Amino acid sequence: MANQPIITVKNLVKNYDDFQAVKGISFEVYEGEIFGLLGPNGAGKTTTLEVIETLRDKTSGEITVDGFNIETDADSIKKRIGVQLQAAGYYPNLNLSELIVLFSGLYGVNKTPTEMLEKVALTDKAKAKYKDLSGGQKQRFSIATTLINNPRIIFLDEPTTGLDPQARRNLWDLIREIRNAGTTVVITTHYMDEAEVLCDRVAFVDGGHIIGIDTPDHFIDQLVATGFERAKQTKGANLEDVFINLTGKEWREG
Amino acid sequence: MNQNYSNTRATLAIAKASFRSILRSPSAVVFSLAFPLIFILVFANIGGGGVAVDVGVAKGADTLSPVYKALKKVTVINLIKDQTADEMAKNLSKGSIDAIIDIKTNTGDLTIYPPLSSLPQKAAYMVNVQYTTSSSKGPILKSVITNVLNEINETYRKMSMATTPPQAAELKEATVSGRAYKYIDFILPGQLGFSLLSSGVFGTAFVFISLRLTLVIKRFFATPVKRYSIVLGEAIARIVFSLLGALFIIMVGHYAFGFTLIHGIVTVLNMLVLCAIGLIIFMGFGFTVSGIAKNESTVPPLSNIITLPQFLLSGTFFSVTAFPKWLQYVSNALPLTHLNNAMRKVAFEGAGLGDVTHQLFILLLWGIGVYAVAVKTFKWE
Repeated sequence: MANQPIITVKNLVKNYDDFQAVKGISFEVYEGEIFGLLGPNGAGKTTTLEVIETLRDKTSGEITVDGFNIETDADSIKKRIGVQLQAAGYYPNLNLSELIVLFSGLYGVNKTPTEMLEKVALTDKAKAKYKDLSGGQKQRFSIATTLINNPRIIFLDEPTTGLDPQARRNLWDLIREIRNAGTTVVITTHYMDEAEVLCDRVAFVDGGHIIGIDTPDHFIDQLVATGFERAKQTKGANLEDVFINLTGKEWREG
Repeated sequence: MNQNYSNTRATLAIAKASFRSILRSPSAVVFSLAFPLIFILVFANIGGGGVAVDVGVAKGADTLSPVYKALKKVTVINLIKDQTADEMAKNLSKGSIDAIIDIKTNTGDLTIYPPLSSLPQKAAYMVNVQYTTSSSKGPILKSVITNVLNEINETYRKMSMATTPPQAAELKEATVSGRAYKYIDFILPGQLGFSLLSSGVFGTAFVFISLRLTLVIKRFFATPVKRYSIVLGEAIARIVFSLLGALFIIMVGHYAFGFTLIHGIVTVLNMLVLCAIGLIIFMGFGFTVSGIAKNESTVPPLSNIITLPQFLLSGTFFSVTAFPKWLQYVSNALPLTHLNNAMRKVAFEGAGLGDVTHQLFILLLWGIGVYAVAVKTFKWE
């Protein structure tokens, strides 16, 4: 990987009234990687993402996305990114096909619903309403809407929260496919096992600061080098492996 | 990547999505179509309840006569004195007044004695009533006048102690022909106005608050769409839906209940233009409510505060003239009153939009006021 930065964040600060959510964050996301923002609730992950996505104004700092300045070229950035919001809904009373048509209009591109739904294996749900989908299907549909404008970067805010193990693993496959097709992925998650297998690099955010940024392997090696040992020795498999082994790898829709 | 981004295309995409959504929302269809039609069906068959008979008093009528005084005491009769003879004649043929009454004293001609039974007696008062076919309230007035005159004649008979008294007053009646003003002509524009009011206020408020709370608008903002496209797209969808609804109500009214459309299609088009103007103003209330409301459950009470008074006071079911004077001032301040009045003028009197500039002006003032508030209170997130 050429390590060409596609997103550069320098000293980002975001204040809400009397509360400082982000206190001077700097990091780079490289083109073609899956970059994870990790950290506890309220650490400032979502705020940071929303500022980069042009959904919130920053208090100070500098951000460039795919060569465009967030302050002067928000519109160009919006055309180049795909955004999946935490807990966002979709226009009421419309089925998935109609929602894809709506988003094609909003982005000003010509995409057929079938073409987009195929990418996330939802063609058989074309006539279904968003609210009637299972958790995993909802997330896959959200991801389909982020891909409509052939974005250079997509942002996924906790896409696997609340999903069962099968749906989660299948979503990982989907995210890897998107990355392999050349799209940079920025993701937030609370699940460290997920970050470990999915992300090329991760940044730990806590209390509005970045407290570490590296590849998952490096972080783990560093910790082990300090003499850290798990209280309980891990076995060759964990309970999730048992779950998957017993219930199968196929999609669970329900 | 994307060559030319089209705001028009984005706006139309939202309009199309919103239109589909409205069509599939049962409450929108029920409020905009079913309710007005049910009200029309019920009230068109009941006919006018709570009537006020508007009676023009001819210039020079003897307002000191006992006949006038007695009529004045009758509550269903609304005596109008501030119109010229010309205006009165016109209003009579249009049916906006129900009759014209003239009371004359037969001065000096009253022969008190000797009463010669063979000669026709001259009555003390002549009551001249003109009715109109434009109004169905003639018979009400007729029976009122007959009662009043009988009473006066009875008193007069006792006073004169005569066995075969001369008549104190005699009644002469004539009916001018005009268009029949049916109750449907009154109730339909009112229902149309109310349908627009509820669609504009409830519909707009619900859509925007739910789009805001479910983060649909936030997701839209992550696309290159402009804010005005979102508002405009929603407005286009609602206007198209409401105009189709209005057209449907007018057609049902016309073909099933004989709703009067003087200049046919031109009248319909004028009415639709009025509908659009009214709806745009009412949507301003909707935007305001969506901004003030904290969540979806606070939308109905806030919307009712706006719609209910207008429902009752704006001449939706009964004429504003049936209210006491002080209440009429309130009525005449409400936008729906003026929309209803303009609509009735256009539909029944065949007025063009140029003839209802007074009403349009008041609606314009409301529009400016409402949108000034809406801009201040509207919330995107």
